[in-house]
Amino acid sequence: MGLTNPAAGNAEDEVTTVSAVSPNWVTTRLDFLTNWARSNSLWPMPFGTACCAIEFMATAASRFDLARFGMERMSFSPRQADVLICAGRLPFKLAPVIRRIWDQMPQPKWAISMGACASTGGIFDNYSMVQGIDTIIPVDVYVPGCPPRPEGLMYGILLLQKKIKGETIADDTLRDEKLVGPSGLFLPPHRVDELSEPFGNSVQQTRSS
Amino acid sequence: MSSISPSVAALRSQFGAAIERHLISSAQTIVYVSRDRLHDVLAWLKDSPGQDFNYLTDVTAVDYRDPERPLEVVYQLRSLGRRADLRIKVALDKRAPLEVRTVYDLWRGADWLEREVFDMFGVSFTGHPDLRRILMWETYAEGYPLRKDFPLRGHFSRAEQTRQALAANPEAHYSLEELSMAEAYGELPQDMQERLARGERGFLK
Repeated sequence: MGLTNPAAGNAEDEVTTVSAVSPNWVTTRLDFLTNWARSNSLWPMPFGTACCAIEFMATAASRFDLARFGMERMSFSPRQADVLICAGRLPFKLAPVIRRIWDQMPQPKWAISMGACASTGGIFDNYSMVQGIDTIIPVDVYVPGCPPRPEGLMYGILLLQKKIKGETIADDTLRDEKLVGPSGLFLPPHRVDELSEPFGNSVQQTRSS
Repeated sequence: MSSISPSVAALRSQFGAAIERHLISSAQTIVYVSRDRLHDVLAWLKDSPGQDFNYLTDVTAVDYRDPERPLEVVYQLRSLGRRADLRIKVALDKRAPLEVRTVYDLWRGADWLEREVFDMFGVSFTGHPDLRRILMWETYAEGYPLRKDFPLRGHFSRAEQTRQALAANPEAHYSLEELSMAEAYGELPQDMQERLARGERGFLK
C-alpha cells in the first residue's frame, strides 16, 4: 500500500512506504491487540475467605510477585476489577455476596476458583457450604490444591491469559452476562444436585428427608 | 489439680436441692443446677465476694445422640481475680420447649453467646434483648444444625439450598441498631422499612 505523488513524473522514485512515513507503525489483527491488552492487565478482585487467601497474598507479595503478569493492582472495588479470584471456601451465607460482586463487575470479566473448597466444596460436604462456586457464578479456571501453592495459582492465571488470547471480539456471546434464571439458580436445579453429589467417604452420610 | 472446687459446698449450703449433682472431669468441676434456680445461682456466683465469677467465658450446649438424654446448656465461668473456673450445666428435657432464662443482665458478653446457642441448638433464652440467628442467615429454614437429629448435609436438596441462599437479601435483616450505626435506614427497601417500624425482629415474630 505505497503512497504515490501524482504530480511527480517518475512514479518509481516517489513511492513512500508506511515505514518511511513513520517508523513507529505496526499492523496487526484487532483481536490480537485487544487480547494482548486485556490479558496483560488483569486486575484481580480478591475474594479471600480461608487459607487459600494466605497463599494468594503470598502470590501477590514480593517472592512470587504477581505484578510480573500485569496483576499488580488488587482491585478491592468490583467496578474496576477484571478477574474475580475466589480464594477459599464459600458458605451459603456468602453466596448472595459473591453473586452481587460478580454482577457489579463490568465486562469483560473472568473468574478463577482457587482451591478444592471453592471448586467443589472440598472436605466441607455439609449443610452450610456451597459445593463449588460454579453453582453461583461462571468459572473460567479451576486451581486444584488445598491450598494451592503460589506457583499453582500463577499457573492458573497464565492459563487464563492463554484463554483470553484465544478469544475474539467478534463473538458477542463471550461477553453475555450469565444471570440467575427464573428458577432462582444460576444453573438448572438438576445440574446443581448433580455437581454436589456426595463422593468418597461422605456417601455414607445420608440426607434425611 | 483435680480437687473439687470449694464453690460446690458453698452452692449446696446456699441453694440446697437446686444443686442437683456435681462431678469432676478433666480437672474441671461441673455442677448441674435445676433450671428454675439457674439464674439465681449464676447471679450469686457472680456477685458473692467469696465467689466473684466475674467473667463468662462461654455459653454453649450439648446434644447427645441418645434421644432420651436431655440437652445440656453449659456456662463456663471464670473468676479473673481468684483465677478459678467453674462449669455450670442445666439439663433441658427435649420433649418440652427448650427455654432458659437469659444471663444477659449479669454478663453483657452473653448476648452473642446465647444467640449462637439459639442459632445452633434452638434454645430460647427468655428475656434476651435481641434473640436472632447469628451464624446462619435469618431466613434459614432448615432448623438447628448442631442438633443430633439434624443431617450433616441439611434437610433440603443442594439446588434448594443454593436457591434459598441466592434469594437471601443480607441487607434486609440488619437490626435497627446496626442500621442506625450506618444511618442507612432510608436506603432500605420499603417493605423492610415497614417491618422495622413495626418493631419486627427477624423471623421470630
